[in-house]
Amino acid sequence: MSILIDKNTRVLVQGITGREGLFHASQMAAYGTQVVAGVTPGKGGEWVLDGKVPVFDTVQRAVDTTGADCSVIFVPARFAADAILEAADAGVQLIVCITEGVPVQDMMKVRRYLDQKGTRLVGPNCPGILTPGGAKVGIIPGHIAIPGNVGVVSRSGTLTYEVLYALKAKGMGASTCVGIGGDPINGTSFIDVLSMFEADPQTEKIVIIGEIGGSDEERAAEYISDHMTKPVVGFIAGQTAPPGKRMGHAGAIVEGGTGLAADKIKALRSVGVKVADHPEQVPDLLA
Amino acid sequence: MKLHEYQSKQIFAEYGVPIPKGRVATTADEARAIAEELGGRVVVKSQVLVGGRGKAGGIRLADSPEEAGSLATEILGMQIKGLPVRKVLVDEAASIATEIYLGVTNDRAARCPVMIASAEGGVEIEEVARTDPEKIHRVWIDPLLGLREYQARYLASSIELAREHWRTFIQIASGLYQAYVSSDATLAEINPLVVTEDDRLLALDGKMVLDDNGLFRHPDLAEMRDLDEEEPAEGEARKYGLSYVRLDGNIGCMVNGAGLAMATMDVIKFFGGAPANFLDIGGGATAEKVAVALEIILKDAHVEAVLFNIFGGITRCDEVARGILAALEQVDTNVPMVVRLVGTNEEAGRRLLAKAEMITATSLADAAKKTIAAIKEA
Repeated sequence: MSILIDKNTRVLVQGITGREGLFHASQMAAYGTQVVAGVTPGKGGEWVLDGKVPVFDTVQRAVDTTGADCSVIFVPARFAADAILEAADAGVQLIVCITEGVPVQDMMKVRRYLDQKGTRLVGPNCPGILTPGGAKVGIIPGHIAIPGNVGVVSRSGTLTYEVLYALKAKGMGASTCVGIGGDPINGTSFIDVLSMFEADPQTEKIVIIGEIGGSDEERAAEYISDHMTKPVVGFIAGQTAPPGKRMGHAGAIVEGGTGLAADKIKALRSVGVKVADHPEQVPDLLA
Repeated sequence: MKLHEYQSKQIFAEYGVPIPKGRVATTADEARAIAEELGGRVVVKSQVLVGGRGKAGGIRLADSPEEAGSLATEILGMQIKGLPVRKVLVDEAASIATEIYLGVTNDRAARCPVMIASAEGGVEIEEVARTDPEKIHRVWIDPLLGLREYQARYLASSIELAREHWRTFIQIASGLYQAYVSSDATLAEINPLVVTEDDRLLALDGKMVLDDNGLFRHPDLAEMRDLDEEEPAEGEARKYGLSYVRLDGNIGCMVNGAGLAMATMDVIKFFGGAPANFLDIGGGATAEKVAVALEIILKDAHVEAVLFNIFGGITRCDEVARGILAALEQVDTNVPMVVRLVGTNEEAGRRLLAKAEMITATSLADAAKKTIAAIKEA
């Protein structure tokens, strides 16, 4: 078992003929993921990945023809909101948006619309989802993780890789790793993923990787205290970040005294979450 | 991206929000001429992108054009929280009866815009929220529907605004919301919105923060960025698609990914060092980008060592290594450098760097400790 994706997930790639889209579509397929379709408006009728994957002009056509049930989005930021809405309207139940730089006002509208439809969005500005040994949807390098019983959820990209790699070095594997993204408004929160891990029989322990900005970690701490029975270990990036400065991610900013790493660490520790001083310490705290 | 008061108010005015008559000046002579033109009492306001201008003496009243000119001379020579004042706004002075706060911003937790009003205007709203939270009134806006009239009316009645002003207040709230949406802002704020003694509503001060990710839709607004107001290295980095924030330590950092870059800074601090900067070279960085990044790091005279932490995913370690080598040819430096390369093409990257005399590390903790040790030895 895993969460969100497995071997049976039928993935379509929006923006499959672009440089990033094509590269990562081939990486996903090489990992064993069922990449069943691509969408690029104006390129319908072409075939990619050695002629194995058909390209469609619209998501609706791709879904009708191939039965895709998950979409991963690699289109440029200015087209991302439209791409997400197109997938949702075509009935795709799980949408993973890798694109970075989506305007926050677009995301507020998109999120409201998806909530009304009941569609699950992961991202944007995220590395996607990896179920080691099963499937990957997104850009997380497959070789840095092995199958196991640790559920990983993170707001970051490469920092997540660092933790997966540290786990693997100690022989620990992951059930599923979900990158929820570093934007202020996204589709899936820590709480959403924590509840899925709590319900997943394969997942026995959980790692939560947060960073400065917003209060998602504080709310996760409350949820852990009220609803989680499985042990949770955390790491929060940005203890040395100055206030008022955006640290790369649009959502990673300490504003008006809120979003501080120290407050998040305190909130997590207060509900029994072991918080690592540095990312390579995470496996020790899980042991 | 923050906008100046005068820029924010111009945008508000385009959406029907009443603002005082006035213009911006960069010299005392211009300020005097504007005051002359306006006639009567004026207020001379420093235009810098920090709060607390009033307390610092950067906002002053003038009774005559001559006084406006001399105050402008004074204010234009000031520094406010380290920022030199390069412009002043000269506005007609208003006779204030009451001061209100009105703002709209993104509520991350609610995932929608929130409009906030308070009868306690003219002071910092965060302070009011701390001391008198019951004096802050909020309405959450469905982004698909926009601000509705009843919501603005609810705010007007909550702050106990006299009924005769409700109509104008609703127009102002609606204009402010339009300005916020149409500019891809993350904050649009009028503080204070005043009721004058002759019973007009007027936005005396304005503040806008724009979403950098939305600027592609607004080339006109992107041009409003005041390059004088930011660290030159940060602007330089942005041109190359790098994200750089200067800090006050002595260990330069180059990392791919924002979260990992922050974690790298934290690890340096954890082992007793001090990071000189945050720098994210982004995903799939090319050798050219890496070279520019290294030059930016080394321009900071406080940097005594550089730590490279690259976790290759999309980014290829050999490409980063080539960038480091290219940069080292262009920049004359003898600061020690510690490199940790993991992930895609790490072997090729390490081979390339073997020629350059760099310290290598296998883990992040190891890299941080070696960098700190290298500074002590030097």
